[in-house]
Amino acid sequence: MIRVNPQLKKEIERYGDFNANQCFSCGTCTALCPMGLKILPREIFRFSLLGSEEKLKEAEDAIYSCLLCRMCEANCPQGVKISENIRILRTYFTERFFKI
Amino acid sequence: MNQKIAVLTLLSQNIQKRKSALPLPGFIHTRWAKGLGLKRGGETILYTGQMYQIVPYLLALQRRQRGIPSRFSEKLIRIILLINPVINVSFLGTIGAVKREERDYYFGVLKKIVAHLRQNGIEPGYLYEKELYAGTLAHDLGLERVFKEHTRRLLETFKKDGVKTIITVDPHSTDMLKRVYPKAVKGFDFEVKSYLELLVEKGAKGLKAKKDEEVVIHDSCVYARYLDVIEAPRRLLKRAGARIREPRFSGEITHCCGGPAESIFPEKAREVAKNRVDELTKEAKTIVTMCPICHLNLKEACGSGARVEDLALCV
Ligand code: SF4
Ligand code: SF4
Repeated sequence: MIRVNPQLKKEIERYGDFNANQCFSCGTCTALCPMGLKILPREIFRFSLLGSEEKLKEAEDAIYSCLLCRMCEANCPQGVKISENIRILRTYFTERFFKI
Repeated sequence: MNQKIAVLTLLSQNIQKRKSALPLPGFIHTRWAKGLGLKRGGETILYTGQMYQIVPYLLALQRRQRGIPSRFSEKLIRIILLINPVINVSFLGTIGAVKREERDYYFGVLKKIVAHLRQNGIEPGYLYEKELYAGTLAHDLGLERVFKEHTRRLLETFKKDGVKTIITVDPHSTDMLKRVYPKAVKGFDFEVKSYLELLVEKGAKGLKAKKDEEVVIHDSCVYARYLDVIEAPRRLLKRAGARIREPRFSGEITHCCGGPAESIFPEKAREVAKNRVDELTKEAKTIVTMCPICHLNLKEACGSGARVEDLALCV
């Protein structure tokens, strides 16, 4: 069971230009990522859009292991700002969970 | 406490209190410029962002860390975070572990950059002790509040000194100052240029590569995909007479060196670096980098059969 928080997307958007909703899950980013992220950018984005904070929290390591190298982004057919979205999620984590 | 929170907390303390990710005393981060006669400040300055200076100290810190048995590390992390606001633990941890040859190498890159600029008619100033780190790690790791505070400090430093044009030496600081700062802090209206582009603009005079050496280019992902600096390093190398080889993934589709993961996931970073070294060494045994983080990461992953050289020292 996934607990859903409809406000999550809005809260994340407070930290910047979050355009994950443009992702149509084609998988290009996953295929190109040199980190071979276990939870793929598209899944992380889906958790954020669905409002599943729990699932998002489980993806914490993936969110922090992204290199922000933009290899995925350069090839994303939807123009998703993948690295910026990841950075925004990190800001959300800092404020919401780590309180640093 | 997990490693991630520890790193973020330490970073946040260091940047807020000592204005750098790895705070070095002023006499250390300015030592490279000793004897060069760079004037203090001025309208056009060379901005190092302390990046090349930090690398040998980062290497020292990593060596120290590896020597600590993991059963002690949890306790030690708690103690470090407790005393760091008072004592500069990051720097303290490097004392006695810095290798002279590593320090000389990275300081030597900066000296060479100054020499190249001078040969091309550019005489920049330098802010010496007043020069601040660009805050890249705070920005990239989502320490937004810390980063915002830092942007104001950097802006103030440049404004106070009447700076108009900033010459950068590494991709991360270039991206920060060129792309991120103008959006993050009002009034950040300086002209920012990497030394690579500037040398090309000035005709790239006086460059000379080693005779008959083949080199393979490793593009920094920040230069290539954030700043579109792809041609400039190639032009400089060609102008110097180097024989350039391109890896399978180069230019806009360059592979990252893994460096950005180093602070939180060092093992994964090493794996990415190893894969990249394998790709690069298929083409030539001398790898050319243009970023101190790429240099550090690829060098650590390189076997004895290959070497990694900063572009400034190749030309
Ligand atoms: S490449 Fe772009 S559209 Fe495709 S899955 Fe990744 S983020 Fe979504
Ligand atoms: S930016 Fe992150 S998700 Fe995209 S390819 Fe690089 S490491 Fe993978």
